Amino acid sequence: MNSNLHQQRIMDILWRRFVIVAPYLWLFIFFLAPFAIIFKISFADPIVAQPPFTPLFNFSVQADKWFYFTLDNYRFLLEDNLYWISYLKSFKIAFISTCLCLLIGYPMAYAIARASPVWRNVLLFLIILPFWTSFLLRVYAWMGILSTHGVINNLLISIGFIDQPLKLLYTDFAVYVGIVYSYLPFMILPLFANLVKLDFDLNEAAADLGATPLVIFRDITLPLSMPGIIAGSLLVFIPALGEFVIPALLGGLDTLMIGRTLYDEFFSNRDWPLSSAVATVLLLILVLPMMIFQHHQINETDYQE
Amino acid sequence: MVEETSDQSTEKPAWQDPAAKPFIQIENVSKDFNGFIAVNKVSLDIYQGELFSILGASGCGKTTLLRILAGFERPTTGRILIDGMDMTNIPPYERPINMMFQSYAVFPHMTVEKNVAYGLKKEGIAKEQIQTRVAEMLELVQMTEFAKRKPHQLSGGQLQRVALARALVKKPKVLLLDEPLAALDKKLREHTQFELMNIQDQIGVTFVVVTHDQDEAMILSSRIVVMHKGELIQCGTPKEIYEYPINRYVADFFGTINLFEGNVSRVDDKTMEVECKEISTTVKALSSDTTRVNDQLTIAVRPEKISISKEAPEGEDLSILKGIVWDLGYYGKLSIYKVRTETGKVIQVSAQNRIRSAERVLEWDEEVYLSWDIQSSVVLTE
Repeated sequence: MNSNLHQQRIMDILWRRFVIVAPYLWLFIFFLAPFAIIFKISFADPIVAQPPFTPLFNFSVQADKWFYFTLDNYRFLLEDNLYWISYLKSFKIAFISTCLCLLIGYPMAYAIARASPVWRNVLLFLIILPFWTSFLLRVYAWMGILSTHGVINNLLISIGFIDQPLKLLYTDFAVYVGIVYSYLPFMILPLFANLVKLDFDLNEAAADLGATPLVIFRDITLPLSMPGIIAGSLLVFIPALGEFVIPALLGGLDTLMIGRTLYDEFFSNRDWPLSSAVATVLLLILVLPMMIFQHHQINETDYQE
Repeated sequence: MVEETSDQSTEKPAWQDPAAKPFIQIENVSKDFNGFIAVNKVSLDIYQGELFSILGASGCGKTTLLRILAGFERPTTGRILIDGMDMTNIPPYERPINMMFQSYAVFPHMTVEKNVAYGLKKEGIAKEQIQTRVAEMLELVQMTEFAKRKPHQLSGGQLQRVALARALVKKPKVLLLDEPLAALDKKLREHTQFELMNIQDQIGVTFVVVTHDQDEAMILSSRIVVMHKGELIQCGTPKEIYEYPINRYVADFFGTINLFEGNVSRVDDKTMEVECKEISTTVKALSSDTTRVNDQLTIAVRPEKISISKEAPEGEDLSILKGIVWDLGYYGKLSIYKVRTETGKVIQVSAQNRIRSAERVLEWDEEVYLSWDIQSSVVLTE
């Protein structure tokens, strides 16, 4: 009996350890280890070989150095304007897209949170519905809508609003449309989850104390929904910054986003070390907002307790 | 003698004074929520300085009526006047009314101080003045030391005080309180009850309280209105409602009451006799002008109005019946007896334990006489 209990306790402790270790193991295998490999490659020189980069350690007899390490790739990133421009442009597009998503998504999330339970489920379903179609297909669909003889141009010409088709596709505009369209649900869902929890009594209490509807929004709803705004914004901003498919399909030649640059470097130039350096820098740029997010989440759990 | 009468006339409550002007006038107000009539043609006058309770079971429309007063709901018909001004179409943020919410609705992202100051800031009052008034209010509700705390660091009772201070700081003409004590535990509730009365006394604001708790309403209120299914049933002082309920619902809602149905068998200009078959007794009661022989009515008698004795009592105005002690309970200051009559009806009687004794005066299965005075028979005609 006693030893049984003892065994049970040991099993409990082991199980608890496993539960804690499992996600870390997952992150290690699928995130940290690949990153370590990329990080390592970013210090190599490109060569025509298989794999196409110099090894960090070389213990073979022919090698003149057993350890080879270069910062050339990073130096190149600093010297060549292309990368600066790509990063900045990505940053700008991601930032503006996030703002647009917030402007469009906030009223939608608010309306869904305030709708009756039946309507709320229907509306949420409609928000999630596009995920049932492949992301790639949906971006292709936008090509059909935005192209020179696409739906929009045909419509505008047929009602006589314009004579010549507008150049919509292969522009920054099309990239914004694509990103906002694709990432809007990621803004709406966390915002909704936050707004639906807000106690409507607080709004009425503010009204009772003399606040007009706009003032109530500024004083009560907006500050209390800040966690949702931050979560939604990061969920849009982070993937938008590294987005490749949307600028590749909808963007023009001058829509230099870093994801596209990285792809070109990797597949067209086969310069693995340089693209690894691009990826490493991108990651470092992204770690900052992610840390803010993390910090905020910890704060929020504090505040709920 | 002369002094006494003049005293009485000045202390006469406003609602009995035909010359007094009501402060809040609810005129024929109805609220229809897509076919569900939450409030049905309610008319009510509330006077300045009253602590007025709206009492009823959940779903009776009391909260809707309060929300109409606050301006969160618009009445489908009727109108609301406060201090003679029509408030029906005035939005909540422009009404001279403040409300304390059942959930307290204290802003979670603001400190206690900022919560209380909020209403004043919206009025655009100077900073120094806000500070002094907030400090005064926190003093009044004894929350001064918690001024810098955030709501999640406070207990339920403390939150309630913040909510009260926040609602009172704007010096409203009327304070609405939605189930002010429901979220507090029993002991705190009793304490807070008296505190609320004290605060109301000090500042003299008219309080309108919504509650489902009849004890709370009785202790707190100057007057009570009982609502049922959206309609007003009875309005009066706690005493009036307890002693003279107008129907079975009110009688039953306020504590325990024994109800006997019967037919009027004899009437004279002041008294009547009612033949109650379920207890096979003739009950004596006071008659009204409209009482006729053979009228069907219900006699209601409060447990504490019934005397219990081993010997048959004598008295012309007494209603007397016999039974055996079926159950009894000792509650310290009083004992509750359940007496079963020959017809099988169980009557509840409560008696004060005036004599100190470890032995019971009455035991189970003992034969007893129940009697009550003619004044104690409440006649319910509905």
